[in-house]
Amino acid sequence: MAQIWTRFRAVILGAVGVAAVVASWDLYKALGPEQGVLIGDTRILPRTTDLAMPHSWEMLQRFTEPVTSLAGAPDAFSTVYDASMFSLGLAARGWLIGVVVGLLLALVMSRFRIIESALLPWVVLSQTVPLIAIAPLVRRWGSAVEIGGHVWTSEDSVAVIAAYLAFFPVAVGALRGLKSPEATHLDLMRAFGIGWWRTLLTLRIPASVPYLLPALRLGAASAVIGAVVAEVSIGLKGGLGRMVIDYAVAASGDPAKPWAPIFGAVAIGLVAAGAIGLLGLALRPFRLTGVAQ
Amino acid sequence: MKKPTLKLGVAVAALALVASGCGSDDGKNSSEVDVAANKDCAERTQEARDADELDEVSLQLQWVSQAQFAGYYAAVAECFYVDEGLDVKIVEGGVDIVPQDVLASGDVDYAISWVPKVLGSIEQGAKITNVAQIFERSATTQISFKDKDITKPADLKGKAVGSWGFGNEWELFAGMQEAGVGVGDINLVQQAFDMNAFLAGDIDAAQAMTYNEYAQVLETVNPDTGKLYTPADLNVIDWNDVGSAMLQDAIWAQTEKLSDADYEAQTVAFIKASIKGWAFVRDNPEDGAKIVAESGSELGTSHQLWMTNEVNKLLWPSTNGVGIIDDAAWKQTVDIALHTKNETGASIISKEPPASAHTNEYVEKALAELEADGVDTKGAGFKPIEVELKEGGK
Repeated sequence: MAQIWTRFRAVILGAVGVAAVVASWDLYKALGPEQGVLIGDTRILPRTTDLAMPHSWEMLQRFTEPVTSLAGAPDAFSTVYDASMFSLGLAARGWLIGVVVGLLLALVMSRFRIIESALLPWVVLSQTVPLIAIAPLVRRWGSAVEIGGHVWTSEDSVAVIAAYLAFFPVAVGALRGLKSPEATHLDLMRAFGIGWWRTLLTLRIPASVPYLLPALRLGAASAVIGAVVAEVSIGLKGGLGRMVIDYAVAASGDPAKPWAPIFGAVAIGLVAAGAIGLLGLALRPFRLTGVAQ
Repeated sequence: MKKPTLKLGVAVAALALVASGCGSDDGKNSSEVDVAANKDCAERTQEARDADELDEVSLQLQWVSQAQFAGYYAAVAECFYVDEGLDVKIVEGGVDIVPQDVLASGDVDYAISWVPKVLGSIEQGAKITNVAQIFERSATTQISFKDKDITKPADLKGKAVGSWGFGNEWELFAGMQEAGVGVGDINLVQQAFDMNAFLAGDIDAAQAMTYNEYAQVLETVNPDTGKLYTPADLNVIDWNDVGSAMLQDAIWAQTEKLSDADYEAQTVAFIKASIKGWAFVRDNPEDGAKIVAESGSELGTSHQLWMTNEVNKLLWPSTNGVGIIDDAAWKQTVDIALHTKNETGASIISKEPPASAHTNEYVEKALAELEADGVDTKGAGFKPIEVELKEGGK
């Protein structure tokens, strides 16, 4: 028993966590007041009607039913699965672009003080521009771009917007990581006459890993959000964002349906975080040599 | 140090695989709609493309695929555009896509948008022209449950009134202003895409398009009866009846390009085929709804058919022939845009729009050609079909 516990602790705890959320949802739905909980005119807990909170099993069951009554319509699960993979693909593309750009920025900023002073404020400022403002711009500017026969598509726009959100934590995290080695270590390198490149490869990059991993994970989460929101924003078909809009129409008559793409978004968020976890496993040796975090 | 490097390599390779695999980059722009043409038409389109006989034309929609745009889809699916030598690409809209901006910046050849929304853009310098007023009537209404007893704009006073904002509120405000109800006299509630706030009673009178939100309510089970809500449960304020209706879906073209004879001819051809598409949807509403559904709209089947039927009612029967911009209706729209104040005291425009904002020159040519081809462009005998909505619009 104890062995099973130690072995599958993470899995068991994870399942308990999900069960707790589901149970509290249905418990609140069963016991909570129909009109929700209000303080004055402000509703602090939602209504418990079927419209506002469908039963958890209804939402689950909805996945097995056809999306529409059109002959040959696929069930909701496969539709959401396809859309999730589409959005995940775009998020992954955005994440890769974001990571490359973020790392390059961090590298340049850690190398040249003056560039750091010049660039860092802009990096921070970039995240204050609302997504709804840049999304149509990216699409419009993108449509004027043609790189080596590759025509710019709306998918590219979404990937770029996802990258726009993902590069920020990577740039900031990597910069901190690259500057994290202790002065004595750097002095030692200098004393032995070791150049910038080798210092980077043998000291700075390994030392940056503990800072980099959370940054990459944050970047992955941002990329997923960026991809889904950008899909809504520019109306790209095929992904979860668009599905959220399309299914919202059924919110009153088929209240479980709009939840389907939301679960899809949760799922791809978990997959994205899990993928970074794998990356973390591969980088474990560096984490041990890195500074305490 | 060998092993971790290898593992790292594997992890990166796996991620790259996910990225490239899921991207499904087939070189096609997903904002463009793949309209499901019938087999015969698909072949003809391909042949004409191969023979390089078609001019590429793009059309920016105001929103995502739905039967609101059924006529344009039908014109693609039934090859009406190909017959006119046009290869039309339909580009879907999105939450933050403003069709008139996309058109004014030259990214597309034509756009569908509501007149009041565009009037504001024109005043700010957008050079675009209404070349065909497809919807003759407004589909915007304010609906309420019978027990609220809201049957005319004056009844809205002191009530929680829903509106989507973003230019959808003007007919409501104009109707209220006419009845002496100021924006300050109501509790203006920001409305979401769904009707849950209305059904829950947070909104007394909700904004509803006849072809969409009105149906959403009728697709919902009334908890008191266990059956779907019926039109008998609702009061509807129709802005067409009140007299504060504004012109909605119109085809817009680039003003400056209209001095180019090729673009002018293309515009006539485009309008002609589009109206033919709408005539097809009038005569075959079920097929129209199916074309839209097969072209990637995720709306439920009965909801889609309902929308097709309601949109038909906005065009047919047509007083002057579909697409003609009625002087009185245009003037009414402009007047409301000039004189109606919103909650911040602003109006859509501050001066009359330029003469270039609308013209009947091209649609008249298109209608004459259609008449010659024997296409009924007025639909005087039009009878809408009866659509039975199912729960959730399925």
